[in-house]
Amino acid sequence: MIEARDLRKSFGPLRVLDGVDLLIEKGEAVVIIGRSGGGKSILLKHLIGLLRPDAGEVLIEGRNITQMSERELLQVRRKFGMLFQGAALFDSLTVAENVGFALRRQGGLTEKEIAQQVAEALEMVDLAGTEAKKPAELSGGMRKRVGLARAIIYRPQIVLYDEPTTGLDPIVADSIDQLILRVCERLTVTTVAVTHDMRSARRIGQRILMLHQGRIYTSATPAELFASTDPIVSQFVQGVADPKDHGL
Amino acid sequence: MIRAANSWVREQLEGLGQYALLCLEALRSIFIRPQPSQGLLYQLYFIGVKTQSVVLITGAFTGMVLCVQTFIQFHKVKMDTATLAVVSVSMGSELGPVLTALMVAGRVGAAMAAELGTMRVTEQIDALRTLATHPVDYLMAPRVLATVLAMPLLTAEAIAVGIAAGFGVGVGLLGIDAAYAWHHMLRYTDMEDMIIGLTKSLVFGAIVSTISCYKGMNCREGAEGVGRATTEAVVASSIAVLMSNFFLTRFLTQLFYGV
Repeated sequence: MIEARDLRKSFGPLRVLDGVDLLIEKGEAVVIIGRSGGGKSILLKHLIGLLRPDAGEVLIEGRNITQMSERELLQVRRKFGMLFQGAALFDSLTVAENVGFALRRQGGLTEKEIAQQVAEALEMVDLAGTEAKKPAELSGGMRKRVGLARAIIYRPQIVLYDEPTTGLDPIVADSIDQLILRVCERLTVTTVAVTHDMRSARRIGQRILMLHQGRIYTSATPAELFASTDPIVSQFVQGVADPKDHGL
Repeated sequence: MIRAANSWVREQLEGLGQYALLCLEALRSIFIRPQPSQGLLYQLYFIGVKTQSVVLITGAFTGMVLCVQTFIQFHKVKMDTATLAVVSVSMGSELGPVLTALMVAGRVGAAMAAELGTMRVTEQIDALRTLATHPVDYLMAPRVLATVLAMPLLTAEAIAVGIAAGFGVGVGLLGIDAAYAWHHMLRYTDMEDMIIGLTKSLVFGAIVSTISCYKGMNCREGAEGVGRATTEAVVASSIAVLMSNFFLTRFLTQLFYGV
């Protein structure tokens, strides 16, 4: 369903993606892990066409999206929902307006129908009754929930999560993970999440891909990954710092 | 040194190309894909109504100072009663549209660049794109259209207030004969002067809004990026207004007066 072939991207002299190949099947829950600044979010943005690669292809249901115009991409993106790292809620709109944004833009629904669907989406993320609040009044966890409600209200086939638990305490992070699993089950969507939170990766992912030095270094189930004896994988999984990183 | 100059020129040309493409996309969006009027109405209120006080104060004091300066020169050659004619022609064809555009660039252009820049660095523009909404349709088109619509009205207000304030100062403070001043003002001010001024204001509206949106939507990361985009929007808009004013003046005077 989602395929990347030899994806390459550089920012000036910095090579971020150096030939990424991946294949994600329909209905799969895949987590992409890797070090901070390693290009995980950049890779995710390529999968939805927010960034264009220097070389390589991204295929969504067999269609190469790297050659499409922005207007053509808008049609492809209707299949996607995306939760951003900072939730990226529209500051000037209320929670209800944020969540109902896509429905209102699509047209064809009455305000009453939109309000009903907004209420259902908010209930699904355990935020019923917050319609009138502004994003500035919400906590970090609540903002992510609203962002998720906004991403799933139009029933996308694929949901992308960019660092869904970053900046949250372990309890809120756990509740976000459970929410992602709930969305995955109820809506039967393909899930792609990038994170460096290994607890979260283990809970969400059916398969974990590790991005290392601009390439997919390994692809494994959570059990295989946590049992891996590969020095690079085990170092990351166990969270052991490399003394060279600190100039020690 | 040469390499740095080359790179700078290339960067500027690339920027100009991106700006031209963005303007083209905005034009398409305005004429081919009209958006719901709610966004346009809000922008009209923000740009048109909320900018009035700044524009009126600028127009009034410019008219007053222009009257005083012109009177000092004309008084030497006993042409006191022609003072208001100079004020009305200058306000109508030059100072009204240019100063209004500079004020709008300072107030509205800066706000546009800062708002869009903040949306960019907080990924709100990316979020729009994931929600199958083109940022130019939702963010830029209503702002450009509202500025182009509001600018002639703001300019007309600035011109009217400037002339009225000049008249007040000339007659009330400097002792110019009111009847002669009024008569000469009407005699030497043509409708073409006002048409030139209002035509300029339409172009200035397009220049200020498109440059400000471009700077905001292409701003670099972080608070520093937003700050820089805001400054660049005001500076680039103001310079573009002043430079284009010369070419517009040449073109429009040739069109209306044949000189």
